[in-house]
Parts: sequence; C-alpha cells; structure tokens
Amino acid sequence: MIHSLFLINAAGDIFLEKHWKSVVSRSVCDYFFEAQERASEAENVPPVIPTPHHYLLSVYRHKIFFVAVIQSEVPPLFVIEFLHRVVDTFQDYFGVCSEVIIKDNVVVVYEVLEEMLDNGFPLATESNILKELIKPPTILRTVVNTITGSTNVGDQLPTGQLSVVPWRRTGVKYTNNEAYFDVIEEIDAIIDKSGSTITAEIQGVIDACVKLTGMPDLTLSFMNPRLLDDVSFHPCVRFKRWESERILSFIPPDGNFRLLSYHVSAQNLVAIPVYVKHNISFRDSSSLGRFEITVGPKQTMGKTIEGVMVTSQMPKSVLNMTLTPSQGTHVFDPVTKLLSWDVGKINPQKLPSLKGSVSLQAGTSKPDENPTINLQFKIQQLAISGLKVNRLDMYGEKYKPFKGIKYMTKAGKFQVRT
Amino acid sequence: MTDSKYFTTTKKGEIFELKAELNSDKKEKKKEAVKKVIASMTVGKDVSALFPDVVNCMQTDNLELKKLVYLYLMNYAKSQPDMAIMAVNTFVKDCEDPNPLIRALAVRTMGCIRVDKITEYLCEPLRKCLKDEDPYVRKTAAVCVAKLHDINAQLVEDQGFLDTLKDLISDSNPMVVANAVAALSEIAESHPSSNLLDLNPQSINKLLTALNECTEWGQIFILDCLANYMPKDDREAQSICERVTPRLSHANSAVVLSAVKVLMKFMEMLSKDLDYYGTLLKKLAPPLVTLLSAEPELQYVALRNINLIVQKRPEILKHEMKVFFVKYNDPIYVKLEKLDIMIRLASQANIAQVLAELKEYATEVDVDFVRKAVRAIGRCAIKVEQSAERCVSTLLDLIQTKVNYVVQEAIVVIKDIFRKYPNKYESVIATLCENLDSLDEPEARAAMIWIVGEYAERIDNADELLESFLEGFHDESTQVQLQLLTAIVKLFLKKPTETQELVQQVLSLATQDSDNPDLRDRGYIYWRLLSTDPVAAKEVVLAEKPLISEETDLIEPTLLDELICYIGTLASVYHKPPSAFVEGSRGVLHKGLPPRTGSIEGPESPDTAPSGEPAADQPSVIPTQGDLLGDLLNLDLGPPVTGPPMATSTVPMGAVDLLGGGLDSLIGGSGSFTAAPSSTAPTNVGAPLGSGLGDLFDLTAGVGTLSGSYVAPKTVWLPAMKAKGLEISGTFSRQVGSISMDLVLTNKALQVMSDFAIQFNRNSFGLAPAAPLQVHAPLAPNQSVEISLPLNTVGSVMKMDPLNNLQVAVKNNIDVFYFSTLYPLHILFVEDGKMERQMFLATWKDIPNENETQFQIKDCSLNADAVSSKLQGSNIFTIAKRNVEGQDMLYQSLKLTNGIWVLAELRIQPSNPSFMLSLKCRAPEVSQYIYQAYETILKN
Repeated sequence: MIHSLFLINAAGDIFLEKHWKSVVSRSVCDYFFEAQERASEAENVPPVIPTPHHYLLSVYRHKIFFVAVIQSEVPPLFVIEFLHRVVDTFQDYFGVCSEVIIKDNVVVVYEVLEEMLDNGFPLATESNILKELIKPPTILRTVVNTITGSTNVGDQLPTGQLSVVPWRRTGVKYTNNEAYFDVIEEIDAIIDKSGSTITAEIQGVIDACVKLTGMPDLTLSFMNPRLLDDVSFHPCVRFKRWESERILSFIPPDGNFRLLSYHVSAQNLVAIPVYVKHNISFRDSSSLGRFEITVGPKQTMGKTIEGVMVTSQMPKSVLNMTLTPSQGTHVFDPVTKLLSWDVGKINPQKLPSLKGSVSLQAGTSKPDENPTINLQFKIQQLAISGLKVNRLDMYGEKYKPFKGIKYMTKAGKFQVRT
Repeated sequence: MTDSKYFTTTKKGEIFELKAELNSDKKEKKKEAVKKVIASMTVGKDVSALFPDVVNCMQTDNLELKKLVYLYLMNYAKSQPDMAIMAVNTFVKDCEDPNPLIRALAVRTMGCIRVDKITEYLCEPLRKCLKDEDPYVRKTAAVCVAKLHDINAQLVEDQGFLDTLKDLISDSNPMVVANAVAALSEIAESHPSSNLLDLNPQSINKLLTALNECTEWGQIFILDCLANYMPKDDREAQSICERVTPRLSHANSAVVLSAVKVLMKFMEMLSKDLDYYGTLLKKLAPPLVTLLSAEPELQYVALRNINLIVQKRPEILKHEMKVFFVKYNDPIYVKLEKLDIMIRLASQANIAQVLAELKEYATEVDVDFVRKAVRAIGRCAIKVEQSAERCVSTLLDLIQTKVNYVVQEAIVVIKDIFRKYPNKYESVIATLCENLDSLDEPEARAAMIWIVGEYAERIDNADELLESFLEGFHDESTQVQLQLLTAIVKLFLKKPTETQELVQQVLSLATQDSDNPDLRDRGYIYWRLLSTDPVAAKEVVLAEKPLISEETDLIEPTLLDELICYIGTLASVYHKPPSAFVEGSRGVLHKGLPPRTGSIEGPESPDTAPSGEPAADQPSVIPTQGDLLGDLLNLDLGPPVTGPPMATSTVPMGAVDLLGGGLDSLIGGSGSFTAAPSSTAPTNVGAPLGSGLGDLFDLTAGVGTLSGSYVAPKTVWLPAMKAKGLEISGTFSRQVGSISMDLVLTNKALQVMSDFAIQFNRNSFGLAPAAPLQVHAPLAPNQSVEISLPLNTVGSVMKMDPLNNLQVAVKNNIDVFYFSTLYPLHILFVEDGKMERQMFLATWKDIPNENETQFQIKDCSLNADAVSSKLQGSNIFTIAKRNVEGQDMLYQSLKLTNGIWVLAELRIQPSNPSFMLSLKCRAPEVSQYIYQAYETILKN
C-alpha cells in the first residue's frame, strides 16, 4: 500500500514528508527530479515513475507535486485518487492549498495525514469524519485553545465512522434549514477550422450544499432523467432506487458535497452556444500577418453569454501583436507568446471582435502550426443539456427546509482550431 | 500565530532548548515543544536525541499530546529500540481504555513501531482487540496483523492471528470485512503459496454483501479480491457480475476500474449468445468514457488500461472514437496514449475522421507528439487497407510542409507501407527522393536507402543516390551502413553493368575499413555469394519478403490475457506481467482468464480444464533442461520420429528393475509369456493360462469394442505462457488394446508453427510413441489441431518418481519445450488380465502378506454388479463374487503391460458408500497407483 508521501514545490524542494510504514529515504525523489527535468513543463511529468525499488506516483495540483511512494503492486488509480483526496481535504480544511498554508498548519496537516492512512490503508477520508477527529483551525478556536488549553483533536469516536451512513455525522443542528443544489454543466468541445463540431460532450455535476437538522432523507427527481445514462454517484445515493425509478434518494452528508456527476456525449444533445469567426494569416514573405477574430452567440436558448475569455498560444516566431478590441481588454505576452482577451458579455447586436496585425521575426519562415483558440464563458440559469430538476422532497424530519436550485453552463475545454 | 514559526528556529542550541521545554511543568509549553519537534521531523531534521524527553510526555490525558508523541515514536523507535520499551506499558494500558478511540489508537501505533522486542508485548493486546466489541477497534486491529506480519511473519503464524483474520471476513461490520480482506491480500502477496484467501461461494457472498456497504477504499480491496476468484460455472459468474455492475457508477475511479477488471475477467466465462453478455458489453462503455474526463493523472492510468481492453474486446468502445481525440492542452503523456488507442479503434467506418485528426496533430508544436501522429498515419494505412491510398496522400501532403522531422518520420512509415502493399504506391518514390538531403536521422536515412535499393530498377539515378551516401560511409551509424551495403548489393544484382565499381567500393569499405563485426560479416557473405554464385546471391538478396501486418503492434494474446487479469494495477500501466518488474518477483502467481464453461459451449473449446482437479494430477512444466532431462536432450528430435526399435522390446522387459526384487519372481512365476502385447489388437498369443482362454477372449473383445477404458477429460499440460505460445492439452486413452495419447495443440502465438515432433523420456513402463507426431498443415495463429498419437510400451525403461510420471519433449519450428504429466495406470491394463480361479487362489496365497495393501474408496454408490461391469470396461476382471454376511466380495485380477499381475479383493456393503480394496501384488509399489486407477474408473 502507500508507503510514504513527499510534498515538493515548484522549485524542487521537499517541504514535507510523511511515512506510514518504515522510513523511505528522501533520496528516492531524485528519480522524480530527473523526470521533472526531462519534462518541459510541470504538467508533463509522467504520473507513474518506476525506480529500482519503489514506484513514484504523483499528482500536480496548486503548483505542488504530491508524490506517493509505493513498494508493491498497488492499483495506481487507488493511489492517485487518494492523493487528490488529500489535496481536497487540505483545501477543505484551510480554504486554499498552498505551500505557505501547509507550512503554517504543519501539525494539523500531519495529524490529518495520520488519520487518513493507517499502514498505507485509507482510514478516514470523508471530510465530515476527519473534521470530527481533528477540528480545522479557525482564529476563534486558536484563541480559545490558547486560553483554555483545550485541543483541536476530538476525543470521541466519530459517529459516522462505522454507521451505515458513514458520510453523515449525527446530532446536526441548524436554525435555518436549507438545501441548495447547483446543476453545473461544462462543455468540452473541439471545433474545426470551418466551424463544424468535431467532438462535443457535456460534463455535468450536481453540487449540493445541505444544512439540515437531524437525519433528513431526500429525494430528487428530474423532468428528463433519460438524459442521465452515464452517471457517477456519491456513495449516499441509493443505486437500486435510481435503477428502478430514476429518482435520486439519499441521506445527504452535512455541508458541501458532490451529489452526482454525469456525462452527455450524444452529439445531437450537445448544443454549441458560441461561434468564433477567425481569420489568421502569417504571410510568408513580409514580416507582417493579419489577425481577426469575432465571437458570437449560437444556440443560447435566449440567455446571455458572459464571462467570455479568449486565449490563444501564438507560435514562437510571433514577435508582437498590434490589436484593437471592439470591447474588453487584451494582453499579449511577448515572452510566453500567450494572447488573452477578456471579452465580458456578448451583445448579439454588436458582436465583439479583435483585429490587428502580427509582427513576425524577420527571416524565419512561416510558422508551421496554427494557433488554437481556447474559449471560456458562462451562461447563468441554463443547463445546456436541458436537464431540469422536477422536485425535491424531504422525509424523516418534521421541519420545512428552504430549497434552492441553480443552473449554470460553462465552457470546459472548449477549443477552436484555426 | 501559525505553525510556520516551527520552521524558523535553526539556531545552534535548538535541541537543548527543546529539551528544557519538554521537561517543563506547564502543559501548554510541553505541547508546544512537542509540536516543534514534530515540525522539525516533517522537514527531515534529526530530532532523535530528544527521545527520552518526548516519551516522558506520553502519560497524559490530552489526546492531542498523546497523538503527537505517538507520531514521534513511530518515526524514531527503530533507532532507539531500548528506549522504545519504556513506552510499552502505556500502550498496554491504553489497549484497555474504555474509550474505543484510544484503544484503537494504541493498537495502531504499536503496530507501527518496528522493533522486535515490542512486537512480543503486542500479541496479547492485539488478540484482545481483534475480538473487541467495538468494530472500530476490530478494523484497526485487522490492519495491525498485516503490520506485524511485515515485521515478524513467523510470530503471526505461530500466534494464530491469520485464522482470526480469516474469521473477520465473516464479521457483521462491512468495514471490518474490508480491512480484513485488505490485510489478508497484503499478507498473501508475500506468501504466494499460502492459501490465505481461500474463497468459496459462501465467503464470496459475504464479500458481495459487504461490497455494498463499506467505504470506497474497502470496495477496491474487495473487488480486487473477487477478481482472483474462479467461479465454478457461467451461472455463478453471471450472478457475481450482476452484483458488481452497480460499482461502475461509483465516483471513485479506482472502484470503477477494479469493477471493470472483475467484469472483464468473468465475462470470459459467459457465452456470447447470452443476452446478458450483450448488456454487460453495453454497460462497460460509459464508465470507461467517464474516466477520461477526470484529472490527467487518472486519465493516463485509465488510458493504459483502455488500451488493453480495446485489444481484448474492441466491441466495447468501437463507437467511442471521438472521446480519444486529443485536446491541445492535454499533457503529453495523455496525448500519446490517446493516439495509440485511436489507431487501435480505427476501422473502415471511422478512418476519414481519424485521418483528419491525425493530420491536424501533425501540425502541432510538440515534436514527440507530431512524430507519433505521423507514424500513426502509417499504422492506419497498414491496418485499414481501404484507407491506404488516402493515408499515403496525407503523408505526401505532410512531406510538402518540409518540416524536417515530419518528413523524416513520414519516410520511415512509407517504407512500412511499401512492405505491406508492394508494387502499389511506388509512384511516390520521386517525391521522396527530393527530400534526400534533409534527412539527418539514422532511421530515416536507413529507410530511404532501403527504398532506393528495393526499387533500384525504377529509379534512374539510384546509383548516384547511393553513391552520395557512400561518401561519408564511416560517419554513418551502423543501421545506415548495413542498409547501404545491402541496398548497393541489390542495385548491383539488378543493374550489374553500371554498378560494378560501386559494389566493389562498398564491399571493401565494409570488410576492410570497418571494425564492426556485423558489418564485416555481412560484407564477406555478400562478397563470397557474389563471387561464387551470382544466381544464388540473387535468390538470397532479392528474395520475396513476408508482408508485415498490423499485428506487430499488438500484445501477444497470452500476455494480453494475463494482463487483463491485472487491470488497474501497475502491470497494466507497464503492459508487462508483474513477474517482469516486481521486486525479486516474489509472490507472483501467474493469473489466467477463466475458461469459458457452461452448457452451451463445451467440447469445442480446447481449454475446458475442470477447476476442481486435484493438485496431484496437475501437469508440471519442466522449466529448464535439468539433469533429469539429459536423456531427453540426447534423443534425436528430427521430424521423422520413427518408433523405437521393436526387436529390443523383450530384453528390457525382462530386465525391468524398476519395481525391485518382487518382479523377478513374478515374471518367473508366470513363465510362459514373454512379451507384453504390442500396441496392435489384443493378440493373446502370450496369454499365460490355456484353459480359460476361449471365453476370456470373447469377453475382452466384446468389452473392448463396446466401451474401451475410461478416458479422463483433457487437461492443459503445457500452458502457452511457458512455451512461446504453444499450448498443449491432452489425455490418455486405451481402446481395443491400443494406448493412445490424445492431444490438442493450440497456437496462441502470432506466428505460424510447423515441424512438430514429440519424444518421451525413459519411463517406468516403457511408454513410447508408436508413430511420429503427424501434424499435416502448419498451425496458424489461434488455430488448434487434435491429434491422437498411438503409443506402445516397448520403449526403454527407467523407474520414475512418481511411478506414472512421463516426461515429454515437443519440438516445433520455434523451440523445444519440455513438460511432464502423470498418466493413469489403467491405460496399461491389458485385455488378457483375467486369471483362472485356481491360479488366483494359489497366487493370492503365494504372495506374502506384507505385500498386501488396503485402501478405502469413498463415496461410491454403485452396486456390486455395476462395479464389476464398470471395471471390466477398463480390463479389471472379476473372477469370483461371494456374499459374506451381507457384504459382496469381489475377487479381481488385472495385468499390466509389463506382465505384473495384481490381485484384488473388493468389499462392498450395500448400505455403505465406502468400499474396501485390498491389493496383493509382487511389486507392491504399484498398488498405490492401481488404487488411484480404481478411484478414477469408479467415480467417472
């Protein structure tokens, strides 16, 4: 199972190590540094690195490498999932996950890591349970602890740990009982030169924030559950009920959690809400090229597209760009060759555009690669797949909760080739 | 105030200061000091000098302080074993604490202290905790057994913890079950032989129930454990699959992949005609696609596994090509994997789309990726014949871009396309030649030179082109030099008049001025060929080349089957079996897919090995040519194997010393007969006892033609994994007096097999092939052939242990393989084995009592007559039947091919399913095996 964990920052310093079995010398990370050197960018470091006696599995998040050391044949996905869980837990505990914050809270971090694994076997990874065992630091608690000498380590066995609903603690009390659900859909798409869709799929999630007293039992039904044929559920969802009635029935964890994620890939179901018209040419002989892009709405179901952001990685031979946007602001970084244009809202009457010229390094030939345009946008109050929640009911408790549902569509990996 | 202050103290007297603070009276100060110590520890500073001071803080009610001290202990106990003993008392006391959290914490920490002396004290508390009323403590204790086993395996076994752990698999709490499974799996990994996770339908049911209720990590342990189970039939496999499928919708990708492993493995047992099979295939696609929307690291592992799944069952993802299209900001390791899978999924239906994508990729920035994309276009051309033309024109377009590495890569793949479709696309050679000068990589240069040499007759200035390469001959890499040498010789053979000088030049460069032995040797061979026999040279150098196929990229089917069993593990990421990379390859068992069983398909599938086969019958492969095999190796394995010389047969028979002294007297006693019947029909010439001959003859003939003796189902003798893809399964049979070995040869490799031959090592009864192994046509990949090889018993004799062990060598065009198998003794029972009554009585008395052995045959429900007729089918003859006090007594005789008589008394009680068998024989060594034969015959 998982032997040790090393946290390494972008500069290549190991700033935390934790061993769950015998101590593994940190020199094992040299193999990792070698791989890091070979990879051009941090993102490209391979996640599985074999060394003569160990295997290094790593994830890269928040500019930190989380490197797990294993010695025997362990499912790598198991380790990688766990590492991501560690990152999520830190984020949950401290708000952000960074080298500074981890160093600031090193003892809590260490205690949490110790609770998460025992002998390399996962022990408690649900944030509800962890928080009962080791309370997250808050300013108030630090003050109280200093004065009263009490600790931030719980001395009771977490109630959820062994019950049939391990994700929920007992004795939850709220004065305002509320349950909010956010249906968030991200469109991943590749659009080719001519504007036709090569692939498009929707990654949807329903994130919930449930603050309800006691042990509520919720059911959530949809107007069009048939859309959801490829779903992953939070363990709290009763799978049998979904199979037979297409209803989500569950006892929710307390607080924030992801109820389900789904995937819609049937091409005809995925509407593409924006289009990009582009005309980019690097002329061969002269050192000036032309650049022009226009963004416009396509299938938006009458909603406004906001938060539009266009980024594009220009070829190395581009020296500078002289551009004028019809709205928003743009930046071209001559070092990284990254062009970004913060467009804002799209007004269908007056389409935003960015025009100008590109100056190329003199003497070099025309760049071989065409820049790909990356698009980000948001549409409020719309789930682009058409998914709609029908109703939410609560059983098992007497009070009347406040319920809310929000929809949102975002661009995921939305790429336009030129 | 934050913890980062702990990092800043780096001044000299740090340890000293900490020591003072640790010994402070104030609780708060103590805790702060311990925190500082822990912080120093996490960044790798050595604070072991503070050991006694920290341990002193252990006796406390403050749980946080206690935990911190425990953390410290785990890290440093190993370096201070004597001091660590000081902590033992506190641990033992904490194991009795009323708070389960503290009990669990104590047992957990103790297990982490890797000091031998402490482990002794750990046993008693651990035993208590394993039976604790609180499941939280039990599940922690389960893991502790695994920890302890890692430190001292012997201790764990002696204390009986393993059995307790096995009991925990039936615990009422699913979390405890999951942890017990995890602990047992880890222990089993270091003990491959031990049967720790002995799964049966009951325990499987327990696991499946726990699967629904335990945490995501527990589900992974249970699923991985389930994957090692071998269901007894297709119905059980289906019911397990049905209960595992809901896991495909789990949010944790590791759970999903482990579930996929179980399903992929058990699917092998389901019939393809089953509706459920189709349903399952459909259910597998969406979760695999979903894995690709996860974080890039998860995607990478998923893609490596999908690569295997796509090769094993392409139908699952055949409509999902688009999800593998590359996004430009995917990490490079994801891009390369996606590309690989795209090629595997490419088919006539989607090739246009794929090619358009690949062309797009070829203009990206990343050089590695671009190269692989270009290469992929070539692989598509080879894989999908209809698209070849389009691929070639795409490659030509790419060559026009003049981007150096694109051009080079394109030329390398075009060479492969030429080899797949000869004489079809040679029109593009002119375009290729234009780019000759830009090639600077050895592989591309070698490819280009090959093309020029191969098509020299169509290229007008081939000699000039090659000559231009020759100028810098010594600076080229070996690959290019060798290719250049061959190409010029080809050119010379095609256009001898103009190129004499060139060939002279290259030959002298290769033979006289080069230090490379490969190059020199090849040069000399060509030289000699050309000077002695130009016609032969032409035949050799310009010989027709075999076509290449897409299969060169595929994983060997046997390896693929093994890897499918390892889905989700490191093996699946490396595409190598664990034995190839796991440290010391300890604990590595070869896994194989279960055979397809069930009522629908049966006899035609060659690998229906009954899973309940007793261990003794398992054939063993002889791994290396050990000393025993000396004889085998000396045997001539040339294809025409003639039967061993018949004439010598009587001599060795007489001199059989294998069965010790008893034999001589036996042979002497039966006097008149000389040779064992040969493998023709029962001749009875040498039948010993004149009087009963007539009816005996009738009887045996009748029986023989009707049924023949019992034939066991075929078992795998030589697994494909051990024999470079050749799988041999077989059995022995005896029909009308002739023994034969019925074999099924299956080719699981990618190349054609031919030139089969077989030979036996000397064995106890002189078994030898009576005819050469006749395999008429070469065996194509994935084909199998059934052969019945007649045997005789006139081969040379050597006593084997066990007596019925037979060592076999099989040769084909690839290699020679060795295996050994056990043959059932009843194939050696001859048809004239019926003794006359008087003779029987006399012989029975004559054989000393110490030669009598008794056996019990259990669970046989036949009555005396049925037994008698069944045994007669296998040449065990009932001479007399008596009824004594309600029991049936059968007196029987049989004779082996080498003339040994065995007399038997079989006692059958009508109400009792257990029979008593008494055997008397002058060579008591055989009794054991005769008994086995009785068992086999009666129970089948």
